Amino acid sequence: MPTTLLISGGRIIDPSQGIDKVADLLVAKGKITWMGDKGTAPSHADLTTIDAAGLVVCPGFIDLHCHLREPGFEDKETIATGTKAAAKGGFTTVCCMPNTNPALDTQSSIDYVKKTAEIEGLVQVLPIGCITKGRQGKELTEMSELANAGAIGFSDDGNTVASSRIMSLAMDYSYALGLPIIDHCEDKELSDGGYMNDGWVSARLGLRGMPKAAEEIIVARDLALAQLTGARLHIAHVSTEGSVELIRRAKEKDIAVTAEVTPHHLTLTEERVMNEGTNRLLAYDTNAKVNPPLRTKEDIAALIKGLKDGTIDAIATDHAPHTSVDKMCEFGLAAFGISGLETALACLMSLVHSGQLDLKTIISKLTFEPARIIGTGYGELGILMPGCRANVTLFDPNKEWTVDSRDFASKGKNTPFDGCPFKGRVIATIVAGKVVYRDNPE
Amino acid sequence: MKTIEPNSSIATPETFPPPSMAVWQHNHILDLDDFTREEIELVLETADAMAEVLTREVKRVPTLRGKTVVTLFHEPSTRTRASFELAAKNLSADTVSLDASKSSIVKGESLIDSLRTIQALGADIIVMRHSQSGAPYLAIKHVNCSLINAGDGWHAHPSQALLDLYTIRRHLGTLTNLKTTIIGDIMHSRVARSNIWGMTTMGAKVVLCAPPTLIPRGLDSFIANCQLPNVSIETDIEPALENADVVMPLRLQMERQQSGLLPSLREYIQLYQLTTERLSLAKPQVLVMHPGPINEGIEISPEVAHGAQSVIEEQVTNGVAIRMALLYLIAGGKNK
Repeated sequence: MPTTLLISGGRIIDPSQGIDKVADLLVAKGKITWMGDKGTAPSHADLTTIDAAGLVVCPGFIDLHCHLREPGFEDKETIATGTKAAAKGGFTTVCCMPNTNPALDTQSSIDYVKKTAEIEGLVQVLPIGCITKGRQGKELTEMSELANAGAIGFSDDGNTVASSRIMSLAMDYSYALGLPIIDHCEDKELSDGGYMNDGWVSARLGLRGMPKAAEEIIVARDLALAQLTGARLHIAHVSTEGSVELIRRAKEKDIAVTAEVTPHHLTLTEERVMNEGTNRLLAYDTNAKVNPPLRTKEDIAALIKGLKDGTIDAIATDHAPHTSVDKMCEFGLAAFGISGLETALACLMSLVHSGQLDLKTIISKLTFEPARIIGTGYGELGILMPGCRANVTLFDPNKEWTVDSRDFASKGKNTPFDGCPFKGRVIATIVAGKVVYRDNPE
Repeated sequence: MKTIEPNSSIATPETFPPPSMAVWQHNHILDLDDFTREEIELVLETADAMAEVLTREVKRVPTLRGKTVVTLFHEPSTRTRASFELAAKNLSADTVSLDASKSSIVKGESLIDSLRTIQALGADIIVMRHSQSGAPYLAIKHVNCSLINAGDGWHAHPSQALLDLYTIRRHLGTLTNLKTTIIGDIMHSRVARSNIWGMTTMGAKVVLCAPPTLIPRGLDSFIANCQLPNVSIETDIEPALENADVVMPLRLQMERQQSGLLPSLREYIQLYQLTTERLSLAKPQVLVMHPGPINEGIEISPEVAHGAQSVIEEQVTNGVAIRMALLYLIAGGKNK
């Protein structure tokens, strides 16, 4: 194993250093050791070469938001299968949400995730701790202890902290720790048990709707609290035009806010609930049931604009695997969520191919920007520089493939992209110098 | 209970069998959004033939002999269920009635599993009522037999809409250019949603009249996106009733007030109850309809509910004919 790896002739794109050039990369002992012109690498006795001609070579993707489901929901996903899916999707670091059972609200549960990930995980796993005990929104967790155990931030994901007072206290505490509060923004009273976006499709299908305002109200509240406390706030999965505008204005006022958006909110609209693949037959597709819900094309345009102008910092998958039992049921009873790690890049590449985003932007939002949000406490992430840990993703921006959820490494086959023809595919994923995934060259 | 077996001594009816089924395309009846005008007309004509059967001393024809119709109701219902069961029996089908609140569904069996079990028992047609919008669309992906939606959540109730169309046509001859006003809880009404499709396909105009809190927020864009220029929304009852040919108040569920959607029943009654005085705004020959069950004194005054313009009881009778027509067509459609 202690061979030297030469990644030869790829187009190296590293937005953190402004690099975009065809070059060779040498990897040894888990680190990047050299970068230079093609064919000029210093010779090594036991050299393994990956021919990267025609491929993009970039820092390993970082997912700020995924659900690995372990402990507690191992039928949906485990750390082993979730990190395998991550590797297949080109992700070398994933931040996992604490809505497990038990929730990640104690040092021991954080320890459990970290240790399991060390033994069984294919990629780096950084846990997010709970804001409140049991995600009940009542009492703060021992946030300092969770931070010491390795929590990179705090979230009650899915359960928005309803009490503004508790949220302000959490921000006071996290400010002292220098870690972000990551919020799933939803006024549950207003969304009122809704199943999808409150709009024409919900009216047509007779489904309870979740108004956009339910998200925007909490975004606005959290921004006010971030201003009050000075805490770092990270808005999870922004889905509406109004939220983008609120965050943009907050950034103008230098409030310490960052934000993420998912590939599915960038590409799918509420109409997808009625669609089954390419068939226009009326349907209630539970694979398009996700929270926050798929919105409208105006929202998509605002999200893309937000990515371009820096209002939205990162792209995160909100990978939410579920069993077929959770999804093969009545729409109202189905679980929310999309298994997203393995389609993220292809989905984003569709925006590149249609000219809506450029390659550098999506790579930046998958590498350098999320690394900046995580900070430097967990190794240097999102950069290809000699001396840094060799987390590298190689992808073919033009390789055509069709999504077949049966091929997913994730246990969660719940994807609205099943059968979708995509262009752009991960070819290899390297974590700390080790090739953890290679696309089989059928 | 004794059942009367159909036998060869039944005279060949004049109007039976019903008209040609050449235009019929449906294996399932889920909603009226995928029905053409010709198909709806076929249902109504077939119902005419069935109505004739219902006037006979022995209300029974052997058409569905040997077929099994299963009614699977996940929600309480009296009239729709009884109506379908009578319709099936009148066509000599074997009927099995499953009440989800008493079956293995309460033991945690999924909808798909119960449907597969029912199919394995030999069902030819499943008539399903479900509290969740869209449940029939899930169901048809997992069974091969025909399925009739007897109401799903807030979404659709096609047999009710068809019996409404049938009742209107019997009285007014046509639906073309009629103004039909549906008043009340539009948001939660599957009857209103199915009638939007049925009425407009048949050429009628639909006015949806409700308090602002009971109109789904996306309703106007639904109407625009689905290109339904004959559907309009109105929050005042007076203009909604003006020159109406058909008026249909909807049942107001008491829990709507409890969940804060209405300030009080008193105010609802003041603003939206169909009274004799208000009804005078409509055309003199107006039909008063109601999908039932009625809350007399809430959405409709007793005088109007039982008044000269009311065809509410006739709707129930017509419901049997419509459901016979649907069972007949769907069984025939399957044999083809």
